[in-house]
Amino acid sequence: MTEIPLILLLFIFVLACFIGFELISKVPPTLHTPLMSGANAISGITIVGALLVTGTDGGLVTQILGVAAIIFATINVVGGFMVTDRMLEMFKKKEDKK
Amino acid sequence: MSQFLPDSIVAFLPDAIQLIYFVSKAFFIRGLKLLGSPATARKGNQLAAIGMFIGIIITLFDNQIISFEWIIVGVLIGSIVGAVLAKKVAMTSMPELVAVFNGFGGGASALVAWGELSRFTDPSIMGTSSLITTGLSIFIGALTLTGSFIAFGKLQGFISGNAITFPGLNFINIGSMIGVLVLIGLFTFDPTNQTIFWVILGLSLLIGITSVIPIGGADMPVVISLLNSYSGLAASMAGFVLGNNLLIVSGALVGAAGLILTQIMCKAMNRSLTNVIFGSFGGDSSSGTGGNDGGDKTVRETSAEDLAIQVAYASKVVIVPGYGLAVAQAQHVVKEMAANLEERGVQVKYGIHPVAGRMPGHMNVLLAEADVPYDQLYDMDQINPEFASTDVVLIIGANDVVNPMSKTSPSSPIYGMPILNVDEAKRTIVFKRSLSFGYAGIDNPLFYDEKNQMFFGDAKKSLQALNEALKDL
Repeated sequence: MTEIPLILLLFIFVLACFIGFELISKVPPTLHTPLMSGANAISGITIVGALLVTGTDGGLVTQILGVAAIIFATINVVGGFMVTDRMLEMFKKKEDKK
Repeated sequence: MSQFLPDSIVAFLPDAIQLIYFVSKAFFIRGLKLLGSPATARKGNQLAAIGMFIGIIITLFDNQIISFEWIIVGVLIGSIVGAVLAKKVAMTSMPELVAVFNGFGGGASALVAWGELSRFTDPSIMGTSSLITTGLSIFIGALTLTGSFIAFGKLQGFISGNAITFPGLNFINIGSMIGVLVLIGLFTFDPTNQTIFWVILGLSLLIGITSVIPIGGADMPVVISLLNSYSGLAASMAGFVLGNNLLIVSGALVGAAGLILTQIMCKAMNRSLTNVIFGSFGGDSSSGTGGNDGGDKTVRETSAEDLAIQVAYASKVVIVPGYGLAVAQAQHVVKEMAANLEERGVQVKYGIHPVAGRMPGHMNVLLAEADVPYDQLYDMDQINPEFASTDVVLIIGANDVVNPMSKTSPSSPIYGMPILNVDEAKRTIVFKRSLSFGYAGIDNPLFYDEKNQMFFGDAKKSLQALNEALKDL
């Protein structure tokens, strides 16, 4: 991967934090639970790191840690998105009732 | 997967991966934005899922990845476990499930950092900054893992929902946290030292336990929200370790979003975050029952028939649902009753306290499951001015969120928490199994108010009886 200087990474980090603050600040309480669960699924992005660690031809220890990380992260990602969808599926307005 | 591609494409691959990562990030940002409105929320979640999917797929083309057997095994196991959990869980157990998923996410980030560290026989070539973020990633990830599982245990009832604490625990916790940070500093100078590493890991796991154990059950929503923020931060730190900006950005987004949500929760309970973390209240009966001067403690009971008449001839009824309603699985019966009342021309509204249920917005999800349209649900600020003109308030399985002690008794642990001002209504009916205390573990003078009537029994059975009585009217 292309090496990016640390200071630039920090810059990206801070900017992303600001975006996160802005995105969430105006959410109605109705959606707090699905939002928490959806955001939680996104934090499973660490699966990308788990793939990179596991895929490299490291030693046995690296492999074991990597696979454990993949399992944990996949549970977070798959479960998180699915359960959020299950919750949101039920949010209906009065008009759209069958 | 890059070995299967012709060299001409491989040369562009690093740039292509970075570009696709941008697309992935854009999906996350757009997804989070859409999650903020009821009409678009589902689409937002799907967008975020797509972003995750393309992020994962393109990563497989990274030339760092050369073996796939273990990846496939891991992804398969994780997908099956995650899918089964997501499909099977009851909506009432949503807080537990989010806590568990969250714990796994945090644990995964710690493992990623640890795995990366384990690739080097001499980790000092990783450089000081990478070693620091490795340490932080393991610290935050590990404490998220154990903290989330303690929160899960408390919600599930495996661990007492009461605040378990002893004098000095806060100092031990703060001391351990400072200790871990110092050790991470030492670790960067001596990264081959196994002892330092194991102490960092062990202490981090321990801090997760000892910092959640002293927090009372009533504060679990705040804790889960905060741990959610931590798991994002842990992912972001793992991104620094790997120099992967997709992890850094997505983790930071979640970290910031979780923090905002935590703040909203704290505001709803009129408590500061430090108070929640270090205050240890809940179940502390010695300070909670202040104001019981042994005066009039009689309660007035009501029956299904009597209540049916009261609500059927009211012009406005507000339903205040609490977690007890969900436990009794009474959402559908409530909906049925509300429909019956509406047919009779009674105006029905639901007043939802921000911390009703055990997670912000949890009650909304439970009512949505029962097909209650979300435009009938009113926030605390919207419904409070309406109580004065309300004939009957039905408080079903809620307790602490309508406890007037938060306004009258400065010695009460919930003093200052904004509540639903149900005592302004002409009549309040409390559906409750017994006169036991609520989640916060304190008595409720509302039960003894002369405008209040108690309807004892299981919420679902009581409501069914009420529905029957309404039909007979």
